[in-house]
Amino acid sequence: MHESNDRPLLTTRAAELLVSAFFIILASITLWDSLKLGAGWGDFGPESGYFPFYTSLFVILASIGIFLIGLRDKKAAAETFVSVQQFKLVLKVLVPSIIYVALVPLIGIYVSMILFIGFFMMWIGKYNIIKAGAVSIGVTAVLYPTFEIWFRVPLPKGPLEAMLGLN
Amino acid sequence: MEELGLLFQGFGVVISPFNLMLMVIGIVLGVLIGVLPGLGGANGIAILLPLTFTMPPTSAIIMLSCIYWGALFGGAMTSILFNIPGEPWSVATTFDGYPLAQKGNPGGALTAAFTSSFVGAVVAVILITFLSPIIAEFALSFGPPEFFSVYLLTFCAFVGMAKGAALKTIVAMMVGFTLSAVGMDTVTGQLRLTFGFTDLLKGFDFLIAVIGLFGIGEILLTMEEGLEFKGAKAKIDMKIVLNTWKQLPQYWGTFLRGSAVGCFMGIVPGGATPASFMSYGVAKRFAKNPDNFGKGEMEGIVAPETAAHAAGTSALLPMITLGVPGSPTAAVLLGGLLIWGLQPGPLLFQEQADFVWGLIASMYLGNVVGLIIVLTCVPFFAAILRIPFAIIAPIILAVCSIGAYTVANSVFDIYMMVVFGVFGYLLRKLNYPLAPLVLAIVLGNRAEDAFRQSMLYSQGELSIFFSNYLVGSITALSLFLLFLPMVQGFIAKLRKPAAA
Repeated sequence: MHESNDRPLLTTRAAELLVSAFFIILASITLWDSLKLGAGWGDFGPESGYFPFYTSLFVILASIGIFLIGLRDKKAAAETFVSVQQFKLVLKVLVPSIIYVALVPLIGIYVSMILFIGFFMMWIGKYNIIKAGAVSIGVTAVLYPTFEIWFRVPLPKGPLEAMLGLN
Repeated sequence: MEELGLLFQGFGVVISPFNLMLMVIGIVLGVLIGVLPGLGGANGIAILLPLTFTMPPTSAIIMLSCIYWGALFGGAMTSILFNIPGEPWSVATTFDGYPLAQKGNPGGALTAAFTSSFVGAVVAVILITFLSPIIAEFALSFGPPEFFSVYLLTFCAFVGMAKGAALKTIVAMMVGFTLSAVGMDTVTGQLRLTFGFTDLLKGFDFLIAVIGLFGIGEILLTMEEGLEFKGAKAKIDMKIVLNTWKQLPQYWGTFLRGSAVGCFMGIVPGGATPASFMSYGVAKRFAKNPDNFGKGEMEGIVAPETAAHAAGTSALLPMITLGVPGSPTAAVLLGGLLIWGLQPGPLLFQEQADFVWGLIASMYLGNVVGLIIVLTCVPFFAAILRIPFAIIAPIILAVCSIGAYTVANSVFDIYMMVVFGVFGYLLRKLNYPLAPLVLAIVLGNRAEDAFRQSMLYSQGELSIFFSNYLVGSITALSLFLLFLPMVQGFIAKLRKPAAA
């Protein structure tokens, strides 16, 4: 199976450098915020920012170390972190998931779930709309009473439930 | 012996129809979780934790811990039948489990795996039965400096045993600590690291991190392989079980060594996963025919399974006695205890004896019930995996999202779950260990509080951490473990004659 999609999207070394750089940036932000809070010794012992200051500092130092090691890692430069093919597959799961999560506050979790499971089955599983609909509605129909009635945990609902008076 | 009396009292608490029903439900759920990708032990318990708020704490922890045993059993199933480890600690089981199944004895491999798990767990529970009151008693004399030193030891142990990934372990840990600092500072009431987001007022809940990192991350990782489960058909009947049981006693040495490795790794937080690998390696070295390992040698199944289950169980020992979880799953259970208002540690044994001994008694029962259930229900569980990925993946994701929401009734948490999921995917691919990250999120605040209280008491003198033999030795051991990788790396470089 040697398609052009097997080519690497990212080498392991590139991924290493990106992630450690990300941590350095993130930790620098928290470092700065900790300094603002005060990272020294107050009247009551360490100030608010003392602990996160040092943890951020260690993240930065250790990540710099990983970054520098990564720069010189020839083996990682030759290794594929993720190929185009693999990345496409991951995106196929990630993007619908993000859309699903974004829909939850808008139309409630149950309707979002039906759309998500159904869409997923049709797009990735290539099922027809009847099977996809049956499974997605069926699963949601089981989960609804499980959580709303049995566990008594109200989940976010949207306009459809309001219309049906199920709030 | 006093412990036996308390243990029988515990059995009395456990053996109620309600609790027994929860036990069975828990184990079945646990095996399901162990078998399905994306719903790992820690993750599954994290999702179900908020749902147990309405139950009495004893019943809740019985069910949750049974889910844990179920997951420990379940991971082995997919390893043997499909060569897909359902849990990280089942990876070593694939080495000999899958070949043995391919050779035509999947039933035997499964029986060996489940029985070894059972033995490992029982050894660990016996250890817990007799050791925990002693440690709890001992911990009564612990003050903030001692507690901080124990936390320090926990984290330095991770670094010390990281074997070459020390820097990444440190990053993971420190990121976890930083995340734990987000939100309101309990001492001064100030808001830390929230950057104006009101949703971050309550900080990052470790449950969300666990569901995201271990759940969503797992699914994203599995997706890369382009899922397809094709495995050996397995049936277990009494004949196979008895046949296998006849073969097992010859491996008594392996059982012993596996249990020892497992108990050790569970208590000193190494965890079930390194325990299983270590035990496999040890067994191979002691074996009469090491070359058969990897080709379907039953001993190669016994070793990792015994150790993994022993470690997973003994991780609960420091959890209930000191409040220091030895594994991410134990960390989630610890979170549960805190949510129910139970303070782990010496006081738990004194004030909530029913709860503690009920839990310990349920560990014995849970494993017996678990063994019976897995031996009888293998075809059912194996069939679950044949459900196409396109159907099961979105369902798992939806269940995870429900789990994330129910923690604090917050949609923001569902977003964070996805973010953690992407993180989990990236970090695991780059070999950043996730366990210290999760433990740091769970323990961060408590470790920080212990540190600050110690500093208040000593007026800023760090020497308080060496002020008596106990805290001094724990602190010294921690520092030793912390610098061990550096020293090891140094020695290795000195030995190599400067070759590239």
